[in-house]
Amino acid sequence: MTETTRKTGVSRRTLLKGTAGLAGLAAGSGAITGFPYVKSADAKVLRYLGTAVNEGDDIAKQCLKDTGIKIEYITATTDDVTKRVMTQPNSFDVLDTEYFSLKKIVPSGNILALDAKKIKQFDNITPVFTKGETPGGKKIGGQGTAPWKVLYLEGKDSKKFATSATEFVTLIPTVYNADTLGIRPDLIKRPISSWSELLNPEFKGKASILNIPSIGIMDAAMVVEASGKYKYADKGNMTKEEIDLTMKVMTEAKKAGQFRAFWKDFNESVNLMASGETVIQSMWSPAVTKVRSMGIACTFQPLKEGYRSWASGFCVSKGVSGAKLEWAYEFVNWFLSGYAGAYLNRQGYYSAVLSTAKAHMEPYEWAYWMEGKPAEKDIKAPDGSLLEKAGAVRDGGSYEDRMGGVACWNAVMDENDYMVRKWNEFIAA
Amino acid sequence: MSEEVLQQASPGLIPGSGTARAAKPTRLSPSFISWLQAGPMMLVFLAFFLIPLAFVVIVSFWDYNEYQLLPHFSGRGYTDTFEGCLAQLPELCTIGKTYLKTLKLCFLVWAITLFIGFWVAYFLAFHVKSKTWQMGLSLLCTIPFWTSNVIRMIAWIPLLGRNGLVNSGLMKMGLINHPVEWLLFSEFSVVLALVHLFTFFMVVPIFNSMVRIDKSLIEAAYDAGASGFQTLVNVIIPLSKPGIVIGSIFVITIVMGDFITIGVMGGQQIAAAGKIIETRVNALQFPAAAANAVILLVITFLIITMMSRIVDIKKEL
Repeated sequence: MTETTRKTGVSRRTLLKGTAGLAGLAAGSGAITGFPYVKSADAKVLRYLGTAVNEGDDIAKQCLKDTGIKIEYITATTDDVTKRVMTQPNSFDVLDTEYFSLKKIVPSGNILALDAKKIKQFDNITPVFTKGETPGGKKIGGQGTAPWKVLYLEGKDSKKFATSATEFVTLIPTVYNADTLGIRPDLIKRPISSWSELLNPEFKGKASILNIPSIGIMDAAMVVEASGKYKYADKGNMTKEEIDLTMKVMTEAKKAGQFRAFWKDFNESVNLMASGETVIQSMWSPAVTKVRSMGIACTFQPLKEGYRSWASGFCVSKGVSGAKLEWAYEFVNWFLSGYAGAYLNRQGYYSAVLSTAKAHMEPYEWAYWMEGKPAEKDIKAPDGSLLEKAGAVRDGGSYEDRMGGVACWNAVMDENDYMVRKWNEFIAA
Repeated sequence: MSEEVLQQASPGLIPGSGTARAAKPTRLSPSFISWLQAGPMMLVFLAFFLIPLAFVVIVSFWDYNEYQLLPHFSGRGYTDTFEGCLAQLPELCTIGKTYLKTLKLCFLVWAITLFIGFWVAYFLAFHVKSKTWQMGLSLLCTIPFWTSNVIRMIAWIPLLGRNGLVNSGLMKMGLINHPVEWLLFSEFSVVLALVHLFTFFMVVPIFNSMVRIDKSLIEAAYDAGASGFQTLVNVIIPLSKPGIVIGSIFVITIVMGDFITIGVMGGQQIAAAGKIIETRVNALQFPAAAANAVILLVITFLIITMMSRIVDIKKEL
């Protein structure tokens, strides 16, 4: 009896100690994420999953006012949005995502294509998406996952992309832009005109590239091609040998100390540039604007090899049906009706339906953002803060020049798995 | 509490409790009561640690494609991870380099936090005489924990940058002509931030061990003619061992799995075991991520097993 008591006493204590130790290990090994979802009692509610790009509070407020639909934002990073579509397709109603992720999302069958006939402005969507050319007729570079390659499905429940227009649209386009390198003209003090400058030893320890493999690899490819080391058949769909070659060039530069840091999110890129840690780096348009609004010279430098572009749009979760699906159509139609487009244009992005956005912008705003003309008056952000003084001209100029100068699009390659492994190798080098 | 438990479990064990036996007959068997007491923690542990861990191990042996897990047996997660390890010999492959770097960072952080943590605990336990001050000063150590560790980490960036406070200070004093580059986005800044974040995890358990050292042992050492250093080495350090090992386990497990601090402070340029997992998860390659998690777990477990070989924590507590 005594013996048993002692034994159990010890084993119980051992058990508790062991558990506490391992629980500590568990707590240390990963952050605990996820919030319980509180369902609202409102009648017309749509859960909107996307990155922060389109998710302005003003847009949600205006939408509620105009349509009575309450938008609940679920904000995540590009990678996390895709992850969520794959693993929790019932946790959202409307999805706002980039075209390149369609190569993963569509085969999973977790999203519902929208019916083009129910989108009022569908015929007014810029030909950038439907034909791969600007409204002025300039052909746009199609390397990578260009939107027009993945815009249509063969049928309602098809998992195959159609080669010609059908009424089943994967993503109704909303926003897109042309990205290039950001530079600090005050610190570089000479003109920059090529992607190859990113690896110029002159900027040793002062360059940066983004550490999101599917975007970073495209910037790397632009650099490799610009420096004349190799010409890709399709930068957005490299062979294993091409991936090896690209990563070899980047690894050598990294080992030589070319890069100050890599960045992963918007604010990191702003801080690197604003603090002078870097003078040349991959960047996004609003990040450049943000650095400039801090009173620091920063240029979104047009380069002769062209821009790397991206685009995103709306679709709905496969779980959405009935009245909710109708609200989703109502919301998408509202989004394309002008207010949101003007809002996005004023941030330096581009809206999918140009005519409606134009109607919601002042003529001087349209001239500055879209026509590349000098600003007649001070240019203000949607929140009213000053972006540019009168007389300023947008980097890269007009819509025609910027979108017409696109060379490639963010991409998911056939060899994506291999590319991600090589990217890890690059980070470890 | 333990005495109470013993009393309830086996009243005959404690002298003078025989009367209690007559008044309160035992209905449940002692071992059952023990299990009942350990039960809730065990269930939590089972549900939130063991079962998820089992899933990770299972998934690590699955196959995958661009958009889904393929639930049939495949060692691809592992073979991909060790890709080129044989072909590249004698040069290290990605995974080898990554672990070497992670272990190096881990060792540096461990050694520095141990050194600082030990002396802070020593000061608190032996030099601060009043209990109130001991309490007050140890609470002071927790103040940095009132903000999130991301903020504590990011706070270093304006300090260490090319045009940061340290560099501009040194330049004004005329000590350097050009900004020192290795202060930020380097192994130095990673180690600095990790030490800053985790020294406290060393202080607490070591302090806890030290305050439990019987003061008369130290007096005895002094009476026997031991110098301060001899007392430290022969009395205090051996008796603080459990605290040292527990603190070390905290620091090592956290640093081995860290990818955020290493990412931010290393400018995303330094490889870490946790970073590989993050990249794989982001690319939706869950089995490969799970395989890397299993590898990390095994290595961390080996380190901890080695440490508990040196000190038997179960015995010491």
